[in-house]
Amino acid sequence: MTAGGNKLLLEHYRTMRRIRSFEERVNELFVRGQSAGSMLHMSIGEESIAGVCRAMEPGDSFTTHHRGHGIFIARGADPKRMMSEIAGKSDGYCSGKGGSMHIADMTLGALGANAIVGGGIPHVVGAGLSYRNRRLPHVSVAFFGDGAAQQGILYEAMNMAALWKLPVVFCCINNQYGMGTRIDRAAANPNLHERAIACGLNGLTVDGSDVEEVHDAAERILGAARNGTPGFMVINCYRFYGHARLDKSPYREESEEVEGRKRDALANARKKLLARATADDAMLMQIDDDAEAEMNAAVDHAVAALPPPVDTMFRDVFAEGEPPPRPLRHHLSMILGEGR
Amino acid sequence: MAAVETTYREALRQALIEAMTEDETVFVMGEEVGRYGGAYGVTKGLLEMFGENRVIDTPIAEAGIVGAAVGAAMTGSRPVAELMYIDFAGLTMDQVANQAAKSRYMFGGQIGVPMVLRMQGGTGRSAAAQHSQSLESWFTHVPGLRVVMPATVNDAYHLLRMALKCPDPVIFIEHKGLYVRKGTLDTERPDGAWGQSVIRREGADLTIVTYSRMMFEALAAAETLSAQGVSAEVIDIRCLNPLDDETLIRSVTKTGRAMVVTESVMTSGFAAELSARISERCFEHLEEPVLRVAGEDIPIPVSPALERGAVPSPQLIAETALWLVRRIAPSWAA
Repeated sequence: MTAGGNKLLLEHYRTMRRIRSFEERVNELFVRGQSAGSMLHMSIGEESIAGVCRAMEPGDSFTTHHRGHGIFIARGADPKRMMSEIAGKSDGYCSGKGGSMHIADMTLGALGANAIVGGGIPHVVGAGLSYRNRRLPHVSVAFFGDGAAQQGILYEAMNMAALWKLPVVFCCINNQYGMGTRIDRAAANPNLHERAIACGLNGLTVDGSDVEEVHDAAERILGAARNGTPGFMVINCYRFYGHARLDKSPYREESEEVEGRKRDALANARKKLLARATADDAMLMQIDDDAEAEMNAAVDHAVAALPPPVDTMFRDVFAEGEPPPRPLRHHLSMILGEGR
Repeated sequence: MAAVETTYREALRQALIEAMTEDETVFVMGEEVGRYGGAYGVTKGLLEMFGENRVIDTPIAEAGIVGAAVGAAMTGSRPVAELMYIDFAGLTMDQVANQAAKSRYMFGGQIGVPMVLRMQGGTGRSAAAQHSQSLESWFTHVPGLRVVMPATVNDAYHLLRMALKCPDPVIFIEHKGLYVRKGTLDTERPDGAWGQSVIRREGADLTIVTYSRMMFEALAAAETLSAQGVSAEVIDIRCLNPLDDETLIRSVTKTGRAMVVTESVMTSGFAAELSARISERCFEHLEEPVLRVAGEDIPIPVSPALERGAVPSPQLIAETALWLVRRIAPSWAA
């Protein structure tokens, strides 16, 4: 392994450690009743998406899903604004309108996180059309799970991307579970990349416990997509915890979970870094501590941040400058009030 | 440019050509919009004028078409996606109602979706139950969408031009029975502002509120009524959501009687929304209940004889108006 490769692995480790810490802190926020609402899907076990995000260029865009916190972190989002959004606060990424499942940051090319399974997939086709028509060198990446891979919209989108040779990548994070249904109970052929090959895309599956393998594959797939051959990559990994915070996973054996959690890209990267003497324990502990401190600060920030004023609920239904919807109280006053 | 006589179809086509000429981020996509020229001919000749990157023939994949349009709109393009029939909207509703409509809001104003989704609906061509519906209330029920339904040739042109400057997703619903209808197009004079309801005929005895093809049926009925001494005011809503209710409330305040006419089926239709707004706001001015004259609560049958009976006719509108205003019961009255 080259020195450059080792340095990159250290960078992956730092990103994955920040994701892990972020998700653990979000979990605590939820347990303490300080997150907004009932929806919280942790991406622990999926941290090697850091390899795909590292292969993306500035200007590239992506869509993601309800389990997408890690992707935002890896693309450079601010954990404070993410945590604030998850807590429903006014300085969150979406001013407290979106929450955990709908974070977006246009400055990072994030076209939004989607809570409809598969809902964001076709948007990358349109982004690809925009880039093609305006001769921009960007790629658009759709991140989604093995659950979404069973939705019909994926096949419409893959066909269009291949037909029109668009700069598009479909990245399927196969954590083995669509909510409580394991992939072998949802897909007749669980080799999902074969479906993409049948549609005319570059298709491959990588071991999600090895972030270097994920990154190498993503470099190849994104490079080909940038040149007009769209791609599909499956990252095989394991969802360490339940579907959502309150799910105790009654549909799977504890022994399976113990085995599954061994497919840990973060732990594997640590082992490799030590074995290659790229880093020593102290150095990695420093990275761990920095990540913990950063995410603790994000939680403190979110807890202290102000909730949005109630009248902001009418904002952003339509574009700025357009008349907002009529509030109910205004409507009622027109019927019953003095000025009728 | 002076006003010219043309068709609804040509007016739409002209609006697309002008918008695509002025703004190179505008492109059209849909089934058969290119080589075929559009199932109803609206995009005829555009492929030759603008090339296949901007006039995109798609596979038969409605959800994918709308989804791609959403993504294109998010990334600096201004797509015009076409659904061949409004009846196919069922295949697209996630992309329309959850993606196009809600992105700006969910993402705190960061992401706009300036797209136009053209489709056509309605009866009149014996196209049967899956190609003849009036489904506008599916869309008016979703905050974040703008829904417009042009009736006149001039509106076909101007509302489409305005839709293509709108920063929000616009559901643009044409009527299959209007494409060959002739009228006056004056590119410099719209019938009204974006979002505004328009009085198509002034009257004193009752207000008929309507839109799309039924506007012409209502005007025909108003003509019949006039011969019988009843003066009907006809209001064309044009833009269903957001709705300019002030124009119709002023009218009903004046006439004291209101009838809402739609081609869509009555139950849970947009006629109910219009009726509720009039009832709430004009309660003390109303002489009679607000009536809905809407499509029968049935799927659209194919036989022309049955199809005609399934939606309001000028005769039905006129007879109901006489009943409402003069208490003259029609022959079918129970």
